[in-house]
Amino acid sequence: MLDALQKLGRVTLGFFQRLGRGHLFLLQIFTTIPGVLIRPRLILTQLYTVGVLTLLIILVSGLFVGLVLGLQGYNTLVDFGAEDSLGVMVALSLVRELGPVVAALLFAGRAGSALTAEIGLMKATEQLSGMEMMAVDPVQRVVTPRFLASFISLPLLAAIFSAIGIYGGYLVGVGLLGVDDGAFWGQMQDKVDLQGDVYNGIIKSIVFGFVAGWIALFEGYDAVPTAAGVSRATTRTVVHTSLAVLGLDFVLTALMFGD
Amino acid sequence: MTEPVVQIRDLHFARGERMIFDGIDLDIEPDGVTAIMGPSGTGKTTLLKLIGGQLRPQSGSIRVYGEEVTGLSRHGLFELRKKMGMLFQSGALLTDINVFENVAYPIREHTRLPDALIRDLVLMKLQAVGLRGASAMMPSELSGGMARRVALARAIALDPMMVMYDEPFTGQDPISKGILVKLIRELNDALGLTSIVVSHDVLETAAIADYVYLLSQGKVIEHGKPEALLASDSEWARQFLDGKADGPVAFHYPAADFRDDLLRGGRA
Ligand SMILES: Nc1ncnc2c1ncn2[C@@H]1O[C@H](COP(=O)(O)OP(=O)(O)O)[C@@H](O)[C@H]1O
Ligand SMILES: [Mg+2]
Repeated sequence: MLDALQKLGRVTLGFFQRLGRGHLFLLQIFTTIPGVLIRPRLILTQLYTVGVLTLLIILVSGLFVGLVLGLQGYNTLVDFGAEDSLGVMVALSLVRELGPVVAALLFAGRAGSALTAEIGLMKATEQLSGMEMMAVDPVQRVVTPRFLASFISLPLLAAIFSAIGIYGGYLVGVGLLGVDDGAFWGQMQDKVDLQGDVYNGIIKSIVFGFVAGWIALFEGYDAVPTAAGVSRATTRTVVHTSLAVLGLDFVLTALMFGD
Repeated sequence: MTEPVVQIRDLHFARGERMIFDGIDLDIEPDGVTAIMGPSGTGKTTLLKLIGGQLRPQSGSIRVYGEEVTGLSRHGLFELRKKMGMLFQSGALLTDINVFENVAYPIREHTRLPDALIRDLVLMKLQAVGLRGASAMMPSELSGGMARRVALARAIALDPMMVMYDEPFTGQDPISKGILVKLIRELNDALGLTSIVVSHDVLETAAIADYVYLLSQGKVIEHGKPEALLASDSEWARQFLDGKADGPVAFHYPAADFRDDLLRGGRA
């Protein structure tokens, strides 16, 4: 009994210590942003590895999600004779929800895990310590450029995901099932609100980019510097980012569209 | 007498429950090679990290070039570290850039020199460690001995005043050991450095050191000129220098009574 209580105490303490370290880490990232901004090349290289290399999986997944939305949406809408609204349905699902959320989940699997493993291995092989001893701040040099790259690329990737998804819905709806071309785009233009829908979707993906980058980099930086430690950290990145994204999505949706 | 480069007084450092340093006094004189020897796990690496300010002691003073490391701000520490080079046990080269870029790295980070000049500087440092020909290789293509020499070229890239070597000879074949031994001494004299060599290779280290500290169990056990230490008849020094399994340093890591441990049966 006492053992269990002790264990509970230790786990709880450990959790809050980690939470504290995580926030200090974020603060460190913030303080080094100005130093990174004057060296945009650092960010550009990371935009390539974090963003561009994730593009393919985003394109393919976006297309398939759009195709499925087109099929499912048509089957439901046609019963009510409302198949002309397919464009609206596809666009709203993507822009409000699926674009930001699915892009963030894919991002965690493709880019987040890679970031954690990279930073964790750099820690395990003393590269980060080595930088410290060369009077180079590893947070500024290694972590912050990757954080900014995540923060910038996820909203763009989510937008691309939505765009290609809408095109997928169009292919199935208009190309295959014979929905009227003009109605598909016209109703979409009419009913999708720039402020209420598009901006809110962008805000979501900005928040997700922030959280995904923070979690992935912190897990790597805080990893136990061994092979097993880095592997655990990589798994945690994917799991925690996914949970955080889904949880935050609910909170943000409630705030934005709740009333 | 000249002021020591590193002056450590009554240093206490613990990791969790475990006391690593229990009151250490140590001076590193300028322009020489000082060796710090002791069995694995005594805290030699830890000591270098304390001197470099990567770890903070629980109590005691560490002065490097007259500055109290334990009280320095992050900025002050970074300024101080520009005067130090450190060779990590693993080399700690950046694995995603080649040998040339690794050596150029600290120069690019800390100066605004034109590329042509950086190129000359880097080639000079690589020439000094005999690896100018390897400048296009990636760290993963280097042998252990070559990686350490590249790391050494990087450590001296900014012309530091002091270089710390963490077990430079461990895991090296006799030839690269010999090369490293010679390099450390030659660079020390040619560049007017102060060198700290952490090692447990008694003969190699004694051959190039001007002064030796022997550490064990959180204390400085002996110190003096290498010849004097090699001739020492203290029980502890003899155990370490002659490599005896048991002596003042026990073979067994501290543990509960063996009989009690066995009698407890399956309960760990
Ligand atoms: N990051 C760490 N966390 C906890 N204990 C550590 C850590 N690094 C080293 N130690 C412990 O500190 C002691 C000294 O380590 P170290 O300085 O690496 O010894 P040496 O370099 O003399 O072999 C060892 O007992 C080691 O287990
Ligand atoms: Mg060591």
